Amino acid sequence: MSELRGVIVSHAAVADALVAAVAAITGIRDALVAISNEGCGNDALAERLRDAVGAGPAVLFVDLPGGSCLTSAARYAKHHADVAVVTGVNLAMLLDFVFHRDVAPADAARRAVDAGAKAIRVTAA
Amino acid sequence: MSLALYRIDDRLIHGQVVVGWGQPLDVAFIVLVDDEVRESEWEQDLYRMGVPPQIDVIFASVAEAVTRLDEWERDRRVGILLVGDLDTAEALVAQSNGIRRFNVGGIHHRAGRSERLRYVYLTDDEASRLKRLAGRGVEITAQDVPSARPIPLGEFT
Repeated sequence: MSELRGVIVSHAAVADALVAAVAAITGIRDALVAISNEGCGNDALAERLRDAVGAGPAVLFVDLPGGSCLTSAARYAKHHADVAVVTGVNLAMLLDFVFHRDVAPADAARRAVDAGAKAIRVTAA
Repeated sequence: MSLALYRIDDRLIHGQVVVGWGQPLDVAFIVLVDDEVRESEWEQDLYRMGVPPQIDVIFASVAEAVTRLDEWERDRRVGILLVGDLDTAEALVAQSNGIRRFNVGGIHHRAGRSERLRYVYLTDDEASRLKRLAGRGVEITAQDVPSARPIPLGEFT
């Protein structure tokens, strides 16, 4: 099975910043691609998605569980069986994802959600 | 209260609408007028995902919107009416008597369009059509978020 690509779809420069943070922490630079919806209507964002995903299987990491980033990602995934979508992207899930990309997109998506959720907590004062 | 915002935005329901406008206006319902979305449960579910549960989302065709516009205007709650394109805005204005303003919130780049504002791209024909709408008594301004200055039509066409 080919390794998955992660495509982060976000408002403004959130995706770029997350890709940079993953590279800074892990040294892995070829697993993630960033897309911003800045200046995009639905057609332009769909084109950016197509270019970013390419031919291979992928997980699309979207910042919010609604809005233009999600609608574009969900429409893309609807027509591509080898693409899964995760919302609420955070750094913790991406750090886990880049080391676990030899599974099916749906499995990687579920794993990412678990890893991301575990990172959200209230710390002791 | 009634419909506080009539907006043309090709992204329809998204963050600027739900959070940017929805929070300061204390919006209780969003009317999305789009014939294609009205016919697709899948698309409707997708758009609903971006809206908190306390905000009602009403999906309407142009024909349905024309008949229910008065009802939404009389609603005691605050609402936003959204259309995704100029065709829909023109149809609504032509078929109803109640629309006196439209906010251009996002018409993005497409072949043949040129940049008028960071978030507004228009062909010359589309600019003319907006002017014709204004000529029918519809106040048209561009404003992506409430904190921005409403830009009169003459400044971007």
